[in-house]
Amino acid sequence: MFQRIGQAIKGAALMDFAGAFGLAMKYMIRPKATVLYPNERGPQSPRFRGEHALRRYPNGEERCIACKLCEAICPAQAITIEAEAREDGARRTTRYDIDMVKCIYCGLCQEACPVDAIVQGPNTEFSVETREELYYDKERLLENGDRWEREIAKNLELDAPYR
Amino acid sequence: MPTAKVNGVEVAFENGMTVLQVAELAGEEIPRFCYHERLSIAGNCRMCLVEVKPGPPKPQASCALPAAEGQEIVTNSPMVMKARQGVMEFLLINHPLDCPICDQGGECDLQDQSMGYGRDATRYAENKRAVEEKYMGPLIKTVMTRCIQCTRCVRFISEVAGISEIGLISRGEDVEITTYLDAAVTSELSANVIDLCPVGALTSKPYAFNARPWELTKTPSVDVMDALGSAIRVDARGPAVLRVLPRTNDEINEEWISDKTRYACDGLSRQRLDRPMIRVGGRLTPVTWAKALETVAARIKGSAPDRIGVIAGDLQDAESMKAALDLFGALGVASLDCRQDGMALGAGPRESWLFNSTIAGLEQADAVLLVGTNPRLEAPVLNARIRKLWLSGRARIGAIGAIADLTYEHEHLGSGGAALLGLADSNEDFARAFREARRPAIIIGAGALCRPDGAAVLGAAARAAEAFGLVREGWNGWNILHAAAARAGGLDLGFTPRPSGRSALEMMAKGALDVLLLLGADEIDLAASDAFVVYLGTHGDSGAHRADLVLPGAAYTEKSGLYVNTEGRVQRGERAVFPKGEAKEDWAILRALSEHLGARLPYDTLDALRAKLFADHPSFGQIDYAPGSTPARLDFSGLGTAAEISDAPFASPVKAFHLTNPIARASVTMAQCAALAAGARMAAE
Repeated sequence: MFQRIGQAIKGAALMDFAGAFGLAMKYMIRPKATVLYPNERGPQSPRFRGEHALRRYPNGEERCIACKLCEAICPAQAITIEAEAREDGARRTTRYDIDMVKCIYCGLCQEACPVDAIVQGPNTEFSVETREELYYDKERLLENGDRWEREIAKNLELDAPYR
Repeated sequence: MPTAKVNGVEVAFENGMTVLQVAELAGEEIPRFCYHERLSIAGNCRMCLVEVKPGPPKPQASCALPAAEGQEIVTNSPMVMKARQGVMEFLLINHPLDCPICDQGGECDLQDQSMGYGRDATRYAENKRAVEEKYMGPLIKTVMTRCIQCTRCVRFISEVAGISEIGLISRGEDVEITTYLDAAVTSELSANVIDLCPVGALTSKPYAFNARPWELTKTPSVDVMDALGSAIRVDARGPAVLRVLPRTNDEINEEWISDKTRYACDGLSRQRLDRPMIRVGGRLTPVTWAKALETVAARIKGSAPDRIGVIAGDLQDAESMKAALDLFGALGVASLDCRQDGMALGAGPRESWLFNSTIAGLEQADAVLLVGTNPRLEAPVLNARIRKLWLSGRARIGAIGAIADLTYEHEHLGSGGAALLGLADSNEDFARAFREARRPAIIIGAGALCRPDGAAVLGAAARAAEAFGLVREGWNGWNILHAAAARAGGLDLGFTPRPSGRSALEMMAKGALDVLLLLGADEIDLAASDAFVVYLGTHGDSGAHRADLVLPGAAYTEKSGLYVNTEGRVQRGERAVFPKGEAKEDWAILRALSEHLGARLPYDTLDALRAKLFADHPSFGQIDYAPGSTPARLDFSGLGTAAEISDAPFASPVKAFHLTNPIARASVTMAQCAALAAGARMAAE
C-alpha cells in the first residue's frame, strides 16, 4: 500500500526521468572511449600479436633458416615449410606458407624462432573477401616484413628487456 | 659368472665385459659418444665416466674399463654427474651452437645429452675453432666444425668397411677428421658413417635440409636392392620417400645397409609409370585402366597358351608372383620364369638354392670358398660379415673367379671352371685347409650360375660340396648368394617353366611368343622378340621402353609384400606411401585382369591372397624364420649336369654396383655415384 503511494509520488515528480537525464548528461561531458577508427587508433602493446611477417637482415638477406621449429610448435598446424640448400649452400626455405584461417594468433611461432624471422606484427587490417587470400605464402610474408620492419623492430626493442 | 654391484644392485655378467656393458645389464643408461657396440673401443670422448671401487678415487671411462668380480659401480653419484657436466662443457666449447641449421637437429646425441648434462649458458668467451669442410663424395656432407673427434667414422671405415680412407690427423686443438687425399670414400657401405656420427659433422648430402625427423612417417620395411633383405626403415613425408635408414637385425644386416639401399630412394619419384599406356604409332599414349586391361585380355584370349609367356623381375613381391602363377597356371600357360638372367637353379630340393649356413651362421665357418661371386658388389653387408669373420682370424677365405678387392685377404685359387673341377683332388694349401675344416662353407654367386654352362658349374660345385662334406651334422655349408631380391621367393613358389614351357632366355627369341607379360623384368634384351609385350612395373626402364602396353604397378615402398631373402627367410615389407598416380598394387592388377579374362582369381583381399599363398606354399607362413638355422640334409646328386665348363672366368653379375635395378637407375644420387665409380675404375685401369 505504502509502496504504491511512494511510486505514484516518484512518478508524478518525474524522478526516473531526472535520473536518466542526469546520467546522459554525465556521459555527454565525459571524455569519449570510442575513437574515430580509421583516423584514430587505440593504444597497442609492443607484444601485440597481429598479422605475420617474415623479416630480413639489414643487408636484405632473409632471416629464416628453415629450422622448422615454428612449424613444429604451431598448435593449429597452420605453417607449412619446405626447404633445400640454396645455390650457395645455405639452408633456406623454398616454401613458407601460413594458413591465416587456421592460425589462432597464439604467438608460439615467434617465441620458437631462433633468429626472429617469423614475427607477429602490429597490423590488424588484413581482412579480405575470399578465403584464398588468407593462405599466405613466403612472398607475401616477406613483403609484410619489408612493409612493417620499422614498427616490428621498434616493438622487439621495447620488449627486449622482458625476454 | 662373476658379479658386480651397480648402484647397489647385484648383477651377474660374463667375463670380458666392460663396466659400461655391465651397467647397461643393470638397466643404467650411460651417456656416450665414441663407444659403439659394433666398433672397437676408443675411449676418447670421456662422456661415459662412472665411479668404480676398488680403484683410484676419480671417475673412470666405463667403456674402456674391464669389469671385474666384486666391483662396485656407481653411475649416479654427484661426482659422476659433475664429471660428465665438465666433459659436456668442454665438448661444447668448440661445438658451434647452430642446431637450427643442422640436419642432425632432433636426432643428435650431443643435443640430447646436453639436455641432461649441459649448462644453460656458456662460460667460454674466447673464439671457437673452425675446421675446413672435407670432400667425402656425393653421399656424405661434412661440417667439420661440428666434429667432436669421437672417431666412430674412422673406426667404421677401417674396421667394418675395410678401407682406410678416413683418418684423424694432427693433435690437440688442431685435430681433424679427413679423407685420404680428399678422395670420395669408395666403400659401398660408406654412408653408414652418417648414422654413426653422434653430431652433425657427417650428414646426408642428398637429404640435406629436406626434412626434420619429427615430420617423417617411419615405416619398418625390407630392402630389395640386393638378395639379403636388410631391415630398413622408410621415412616418408606426404607422398615422397625422403630417406631410408637401417634397422638393427643381427640375423642379417646388424645395423649397416649399403649405399644403394640407402640412397636409391630418390629413384622412387623419378621416371615413374603412373598411368596405363598403350603404344599407338610407336608412342606410348595414356588410356584408362578398363581399356588397358581389356586390350591385354583380348590379346591373351586370342593366343594359344603355349604362345604366352610370363617373366618375373628382380624386385617382385611373392604375392604378385603367386597371383601371376595362379592366373596363368589356370590358363594353361607353361612358359613362366623368374630367372631373367637364366640362372641354372630351381630344380631339386629347396636347400639347393638357399644360403643354408645363414648370414649370421657364416660367422661359425672356419673356411669359406667364394665361387664366381664378388660379395662386395652383390651384397656389401654380407661382405662386411665375411670381413668380420676374417678379422676374427678363425677362417681362411678362398675365391674362384675374377680377381677383385674384397677388403679382406683371400687366396685366389683360379678364375674359371678348371679351378673348381680340380679343387677336390687339389693338394694345395687352401684345399687342404678346406678339407680339414670343421665348418666349411661355399658361397656360389649368381655370376657362376647365370652362364650358358651354369648347370655344369652347378654340377661341379655340387660334386665338390659332396667331396668336401659341406653338409654334416648341425652344419650346412652350401650357400647360394642370389643377386636379386625376388629370386629365392620365385624359386620357392616354383615360378619356373613347366616341362613344356620355355625359359626366360628362350622367351626372348624371335617368334617364340605372341604375348609376353613382364612383371617388372628389366634386365632382359627383348630386341629380337616380336611378341606383344605387356609391362607391369614401376619405372620407365628398358622393359617399358620395349613394351606395347604398360600397366603401372607399385614399388617396394608402396605395397605390403613378402620377400624371401637368399637365406630363405620370409620377411614382410610394409607400405610407406601410396602408389603414384593411377598405379595400383601388382596383385590387384592381376586380380582385375583375371576378371577380364573370365578366370577370376579366388581372392579379393591381400589377406585372402596370403592365406592361399601360405596354404599352397607352407614355407611362406614362417615369417622371419631362416630354414638354415636348423640345418637339413641336402642331396647333391640331382644338382646340375656333368657337361663341359668353358674356360671363361666367373664374373660377378653386378657390373656397376649403383645401377642394378630400375629404381637405382632412375636415381640421380646413384647416377652420381656410378659416374664416380666408373671414373675410379678407368683410372685404375
